[in-house]
Amino acid sequence: MRIRIKFAKLGYMKFIGHLDTMRYFQKAIRRAGIDIMYSEGFNPHQKMSFAAPLGVGLTSIGEYMDIEVNSTKSSKEMVDRLNEQMVEGMKVLSCKKIPDDGKKAMSIVAAADYMISFREGKEPEGADIPARFEEYLSSDSIIVTKKTKKSEKEVDIKGGIYEGKVLEGKIFLKLASSSAEYLKPELVMSGFYNYLGEKMPEFALEIERTEVYAENEGGFITLEDLGEEIPENM
Amino acid sequence: MRKLALPDEILLSIDKPERYIGNEVNMVWKNPRDVDIRFAMCFPDVYEIGMSHLGIQILYDMFNRRDDVYCERVYSPWMDLDKVMREKNIPLFSIESQEPIKEFDFLGITLQYEMCYANVLQVLDLSGIPLLANERTEEDPIVIGGGPCAYNPEPLADFFDMFYMGEGEKQYYRLLDLYKENKKAGGTRLDYLKKAATVPGVYIPAFYDVTYHEDGTIESFEPNTKEAPKKIVKQLITDMSSTDPEAEYNYYPRKPLVPFIKATQDRVVLEIQRGCIRGCRFCQAGMVYRPVRERNVEYLKELAYEMLNSTGHEEISLSSLSSSDYSQLEELVNYLIDEFHGKGINISLPSLRIDSFSLDVMSKVQDIKKSSLTFAPEAGSQRLRNVINKGLTEEVILKGASLAFKGGWNRVKLYFMLGIPTENEEDMKGIAELCEKVAEVYYEIPKQERNGKVQITASSSFFIPKPFTPFQWASMCTKEQFLDRAKVVNTRMKEMLNKKSIKYNWHEADVSLIEGLLARGDRKVAKTVLRAYELGCLYDAWSDSFDFSKWQQAIDDTDIDMDFYITRERDVDELLPWDFIDVGVSREFLKREWENAKNERVTPNCRMKCSGCGAARFGGGVCFENKN
Repeated sequence: MRIRIKFAKLGYMKFIGHLDTMRYFQKAIRRAGIDIMYSEGFNPHQKMSFAAPLGVGLTSIGEYMDIEVNSTKSSKEMVDRLNEQMVEGMKVLSCKKIPDDGKKAMSIVAAADYMISFREGKEPEGADIPARFEEYLSSDSIIVTKKTKKSEKEVDIKGGIYEGKVLEGKIFLKLASSSAEYLKPELVMSGFYNYLGEKMPEFALEIERTEVYAENEGGFITLEDLGEEIPENM
Repeated sequence: MRKLALPDEILLSIDKPERYIGNEVNMVWKNPRDVDIRFAMCFPDVYEIGMSHLGIQILYDMFNRRDDVYCERVYSPWMDLDKVMREKNIPLFSIESQEPIKEFDFLGITLQYEMCYANVLQVLDLSGIPLLANERTEEDPIVIGGGPCAYNPEPLADFFDMFYMGEGEKQYYRLLDLYKENKKAGGTRLDYLKKAATVPGVYIPAFYDVTYHEDGTIESFEPNTKEAPKKIVKQLITDMSSTDPEAEYNYYPRKPLVPFIKATQDRVVLEIQRGCIRGCRFCQAGMVYRPVRERNVEYLKELAYEMLNSTGHEEISLSSLSSSDYSQLEELVNYLIDEFHGKGINISLPSLRIDSFSLDVMSKVQDIKKSSLTFAPEAGSQRLRNVINKGLTEEVILKGASLAFKGGWNRVKLYFMLGIPTENEEDMKGIAELCEKVAEVYYEIPKQERNGKVQITASSSFFIPKPFTPFQWASMCTKEQFLDRAKVVNTRMKEMLNKKSIKYNWHEADVSLIEGLLARGDRKVAKTVLRAYELGCLYDAWSDSFDFSKWQQAIDDTDIDMDFYITRERDVDELLPWDFIDVGVSREFLKREWENAKNERVTPNCRMKCSGCGAARFGGGVCFENKN
């Protein structure tokens, strides 16, 4: 049986890297007494997979992992048990059962939401940021320089930006996040600084991932909504 | 959330920021304003190493049981952060409250190996605490040292306000109580040190004067303050068999800290006993932790269960100097396997003798194809093994190897030392010859039963005489002598029939020399340590950062004669720098053992026959087994 766990990673937990976050949850799941399945062999490991790794430095209120279990308690009890084991800054938000024919989270991720704010003193210098940001996103094409280990190339990222606006002084982005097309919010934002004729300073942004989606009938559905609540007395 | 000492910009630009943010599972949270005593517990190496140390976990738990104390942790910042902190003048802070170490009442530093001494100075320096104890004021924490290297504290005497000799469980509460009393009474730092000097096991370097003969040896070592005793007696817990968690001195963390980052010990550590019955003559731990004291097996089962539950670790490891000598080993190991092995928990069993029991256990808990067997003959010939009193015979090694090979293992590691007193060329060649014999045992097995080729790895380290061992008087080799000996072994290796199955490697000789200097150094060596630190020495225990040329310069700059400390054989009547400490094992016993070594005479282990080492007067442990 597959269970999908949604969790938040806040505050200084943003410094915990992806692999260490996995190790953290493996131990938390043991402490919580979750009846997780193990692989065979001399070094059995828990059947667990994360939907999308979160970079160091980013917080999130929409992280997902799938685990395989032999048996389960109700959604509420699972959430409570796990939260008893969480450290400050880590919080389990939901536990849902994924239908037997449901796909693994990591294979269906299509898009992610981000909320971005500028660190004090590192905001773009130009005036009227909301209007300029809208202008930037409505350009016919958005060409940015993408740096890889080996080379630099110019790419048009316009197609990967599904939505973008200024909300209560922060920037909201919905970006492509599939294995075929994965767009980093930092790249969109450095493009914006360039658009304003500026250069994005180091550590200019505070980024929070707020949701992760799969594709569904031409639109998007949260990974959580693909699962169902586990009732009491199951 | 508490505020971190370092801003995001720094944390995101250094390696592994997780080292500095705390918030680990089972971290103790207290309001520093609510306690009387703030204690910063330091392991002067990088976080992953320090977090793996059992002693700190025990004391952290013990101290924090008291409502009036907040014990926090601090480690050496890695070199990247070290640089940033110096550039930006950021004071060193604790992991828990993220507040400056300088604001604490105590800074306790554990001294686990000599090559961390430069890091001790780094921790003081980054904290803004004067490096020299005599320059500290009422504003500075009391800097206290402990751990195995405290058994010769003299090369660090200038930097510490006090040292504590022995097991922390015994006297630390008393030291904390006295501190509180002194503070309430408005007493000064000096008042406290005078009070602390009366606590057994406490050594306050400033309360002792040393004079030297013209040849550099010590003439006298005398207290200069009436509170300071002439001899400092090591403290230990005599009874470790209690099953009552509330019993006096019975402290063990039931909720050990679980780091986010993968620490060197990423597992539950179960300390099954302290001390060792074997009496290997090179081994300081085997002498200073005498007598052997076992923990109760039922208590250990309960602890294992509780710690696995409270940490979520997927591995448990037994800790002791020689696990095979624990009398209830079979019962404990069988319990761990039955209870936990089916639940995805690995069981790791270091320091086990290779015999049918241990092979049977290992075949249950390890993947034979991936694991290797370890033997520590330490010396290549039986003659030399008798010199060091290592009870392992060639017959036992070959029998163990044969059993293991038949069980499917094909990888063997062998550990040796070069430069042991009396070592001759035959002994050196014996290392290669023993490896060859192990390989031959493998190829005696019918081909169809073998698991591919045999892989033998032999490593040799260089012998360093340590205080409170029978070799404390011995001459240590020079760098050239060490390397020549390694060459003799290596040449002989190449002559072996199965040379292709044997890999031989040896340690760096440079670092062994410095370790040798610091291990048996006196107070005069403190200025060398300081100079080395000033020249930029740091993380000397890491081969990538150890810089011999800087140490060499520090030695030259401070007029240290390496021959005096390294190659000189001491007269047994010489006053040694650590002679003011009473570790239990008597000088007479060590002298006897030094003679026995030279005469290649073996001394039986503590369970076979008491050799009257002196540790019996502590009144516990193996000395009193079967003597009701």
